[in-house]
Amino acid sequence: MSVSGRIEHFLRQGSRYVLLIPMLLLSGCGSDMPGFMNPQGPIAQAQRHHFWVVIALVMVVVIPVIIQTPLILWRYRYRGHAVYRPKWDMSRWLDIIMWAVPLLIVAILGVYIWRQTHELDPYRSIASDKPPLEIQVVGYDWKWLFIYPDQGIATMGQLVIPADRPIALELTSATVLQSFFIPALGSQIDVMNRMVTKLHLEADHPGRFEGKNMQYNGEGFHHQRFITRAVEDNAFDAFVARTRRQGRPLDQDTYAIIADKGDNRETARALGLDTSDTDAVIRFSQVPEGLFHTIMGGSPIDWSALNVAPPQLGTTRTSVVQTSESDQSSSSESTSAAPESSEPESAESSSPSHERKEAQP
Amino acid sequence: MSDTTSLIFGRLGWDALPFWSMLTDHSWLSIINGVIATGAAGMVVLGALAAVILVTWLGKWRYLWSEWLTSPDHKKIGIMFIVIALVMLARAIVEAVFMRAQQAVGLDSGFLTAEHFGQLFTTHGTIMVFFMAMPFLTGIINYVMPLQIGARDLSFPVLNQVSLGLTAAGAALVMISLVLAPFSIGGWTGYPPFTELARNPGAGVDYWIWAVTLSTLSSTLTGVNFAVTIFKKRAPGMTLMRMPLFTWTALCTAILMIFGMPPLTVATGLLALDRYLDFHMFTTDLGGNMMNYVNLFWAFGHPEVYILILPPFGIFSEVFATFSGKRIYGYKILVIATMCIAVLSFTVWLHHFFTMGQSAHINAAFGIATMLIGIPTGVKVYDWMLTMYRGRIRLSVPMVYAIGFIMLFVLGGMTGIILATPSVDYQVHNSLFLVAHFHNMLIPGLLFGMLSATNFWFPKATGFRLEERWGYRAAFCWIIGFMLAFFPLYVLGMMGMPRRSVAYFEPQYVPWMIVAGIGALAILCALLCLLIQLWVSIRDRHTNNVFAGDPWDGRTLEWSTASPPPEYNFPVIPEVHSLDAFMTEKEGGRAWRVPDHYGDIEMPANSVMGVVIGLTSLAMAFGLVWYMWWLVIAAGVITLAAIVGRGFVRHTHRIISADEVRTTHERWLERLRQTAPIDRSREQSTDNHGRAMPPVEGAVQ
Repeated sequence: MSVSGRIEHFLRQGSRYVLLIPMLLLSGCGSDMPGFMNPQGPIAQAQRHHFWVVIALVMVVVIPVIIQTPLILWRYRYRGHAVYRPKWDMSRWLDIIMWAVPLLIVAILGVYIWRQTHELDPYRSIASDKPPLEIQVVGYDWKWLFIYPDQGIATMGQLVIPADRPIALELTSATVLQSFFIPALGSQIDVMNRMVTKLHLEADHPGRFEGKNMQYNGEGFHHQRFITRAVEDNAFDAFVARTRRQGRPLDQDTYAIIADKGDNRETARALGLDTSDTDAVIRFSQVPEGLFHTIMGGSPIDWSALNVAPPQLGTTRTSVVQTSESDQSSSSESTSAAPESSEPESAESSSPSHERKEAQP
Repeated sequence: MSDTTSLIFGRLGWDALPFWSMLTDHSWLSIINGVIATGAAGMVVLGALAAVILVTWLGKWRYLWSEWLTSPDHKKIGIMFIVIALVMLARAIVEAVFMRAQQAVGLDSGFLTAEHFGQLFTTHGTIMVFFMAMPFLTGIINYVMPLQIGARDLSFPVLNQVSLGLTAAGAALVMISLVLAPFSIGGWTGYPPFTELARNPGAGVDYWIWAVTLSTLSSTLTGVNFAVTIFKKRAPGMTLMRMPLFTWTALCTAILMIFGMPPLTVATGLLALDRYLDFHMFTTDLGGNMMNYVNLFWAFGHPEVYILILPPFGIFSEVFATFSGKRIYGYKILVIATMCIAVLSFTVWLHHFFTMGQSAHINAAFGIATMLIGIPTGVKVYDWMLTMYRGRIRLSVPMVYAIGFIMLFVLGGMTGIILATPSVDYQVHNSLFLVAHFHNMLIPGLLFGMLSATNFWFPKATGFRLEERWGYRAAFCWIIGFMLAFFPLYVLGMMGMPRRSVAYFEPQYVPWMIVAGIGALAILCALLCLLIQLWVSIRDRHTNNVFAGDPWDGRTLEWSTASPPPEYNFPVIPEVHSLDAFMTEKEGGRAWRVPDHYGDIEMPANSVMGVVIGLTSLAMAFGLVWYMWWLVIAAGVITLAAIVGRGFVRHTHRIISADEVRTTHERWLERLRQTAPIDRSREQSTDNHGRAMPPVEGAVQ
């Protein structure tokens, strides 16, 4: 009796420790945890919800195994005195329960999955009273090019999006298979050469989120990262204006540099830009007409469509302004806009610091 | 390089040596990686040399040749498969430890180059799937299945040799790639267009292609062999529904091998056409499409998952029943569930690429199909629990693995259902969550199954028990090491860490990575314990002798014969009247009876086919990798000649006379009668010589 009592006590203690594990996991999901456990948009929010719903349902089958296996082991141990039925091998009722419970759970899950898969289809546009912002994404070896077709600009290193407005992404790869992913916002989608995939995301509020490539594509794979910066609408307008003003046109020479192997920093260096801040944005003021679809189709790019003489700047590399101290550097951004910044830029970089903390290591 | 040298050596040059880049590039990173690679290559060369010297010193070349390499005996071939698996397991675990060490210090950089890390995860995956898991389970089935169905050998013993030769050649190719580097960095899945010539022109991808091709060919042939054997060579009276569960899972696995392996042979073959003959199957231009590869790969890949997991299901079924001293619960249900899993496994391959942009209908359908597999699997888990229920459970080493399996496997099943939910998969696909999931299925599932089987059937194969103390230590190291190494990866995956990244930039990852690194060390300890266990067991082989053949009070036919079994397995083919045939005999007091008469036994004669095909396929693959066309042609010609020559061999069988069989059997029976039967409490003591006391229902034993 005393032994079994001690064992019972031990088991009770044990179950307490078993409960500790998910609690530890949950505590790991604190405010500084990157990824969808700390969602920053409606898609990731829904995904986190699904995650826990699925776990809760499956636990109905899993928990009995985890609890009962040790109990059976103890009760029917070799030197125990429990009943021994070496020829007992069938029980109709147990069989029915064994099949029915998982069937029921899968049936519920099935209905649930059918609905949620359609609802969260990355191709499905997000309902909103604002029109979606269209962005075209091209994957290169170890960096991404973000083209804003309606604005006629492009960036690398940072994807700047307006907060609280749906983003409609079209994606293709100029090289091998990749997978485009902003964990805090939602789904990832494969990016393939000669093919277009689509993705819809939205950020609830301003902030900085990690973006990455999830599909291994060579030595620079782990450097294929970018910052997603969600900003207020007026800051987004300021960003567009500033890119038009300060960026360099995406001309043939520039494109050749982008298409070379290398990560953001190496591209910036090749473009003659300041590379002290790895997360800095590289701005392109002009993009050839239909660049995305030309890359996707594999046909040669029509460079004549590009007006290579923007009024503000020449096309020489040195003329491209890349001020790391104004809006790219996270440290200066979180305190205040640098003194030489003009009005629109400070608006662009005025996202409150507490939101930035979430995606900022 | 002159024309002559390139004619002889193809594109093989000095730069293939692992220390070459270290000599030209003197950065500390290059030197560290060069030293590691050279050390690994040195291990291969020294290991091979040590083996040659040892055999020469012992004067065992003739014995090795006639008793092992040319033997058509399914038992010896099975053991050789397992030896290959264990050697490759050791290498792949060391690679895993290096990867874990790199990632534990991988915030921003680490000590391995991206290229080196790429080779590590590619070889680790390729070896673990094709040259550890496949040979291991092929070896176990090879050894046990014919004994369980009361057969003398497989249906096609020479084909079995050829299968072994092909697997050995593939494994050797992967080993050679350590010395004449590099191996592929394209991952074990080898997705094009990354693995196309335009992107990866080196020899690495070619090593991967030919190693995998050899392995898949071997497994297809093995599948045919197993299926035919089970259909045609069962002992009289053994109907399908009297087959032991392990044989049932072997049958399902064989069917899956026959249908699941060729898609990968085709996929790697087409990729080879792209790379060698400028085809455009999976390129990005001229009409190629990498999606075709992805579909073909997973048309293999998903059945493969069940090829790997069904045999362990069978093993655990035997282990639970034997060590609970009880019939398996729900035999018919388990058979049905196994078949369900085998069939369903062909209908779910798309869940490996939910993110490739299909419509939501397709994703949802495949997600639901995937969950359907969870039903029979869940039923099996409950059947195993009910097998223990009302039993008399002995916590032997195989049982510890089985318990570890049942508790951890359900967690892996749960994360599998999470991954099968397309909306969530969009978050955790390609992340460490996925890596944690499949290791959670393959380590507690496959590997624990294999180790459980090794501890379970080792006394049958060798005639002595595996030492238990080190067995328990290994088992607990495996269980704890697995939990430490892979549970953190779930969290890392939820934090969005991609798989296959050599370094990362999020400081939040570091503590989890360090825990995972400690887990890898625990697994290394487990490997060490396994080696010590083997050593101690061989040292104590005389005291732990179980010649009588039934050390665990077994239920199925393999325990009714001597340990180790004679070449012909059974002096007289047994007749089967029920499930758990041997248990029924023991209960009825009909076990170990002297048969009325003995007959001559016809056994397959030794053959060099396996060795020849193994060597020529290795030479051909090596020639293809380095563009040594003369070697390819020569190997092809010799292969063809060998196959034609085999057709002229007339002495394919040899006869073992009835007298010889009688003398051997009677001597064994005599010794058996003089052995005291023991009850189960002395199972792990030196009293256990393999004769079990008859069980009594209801008795507290």
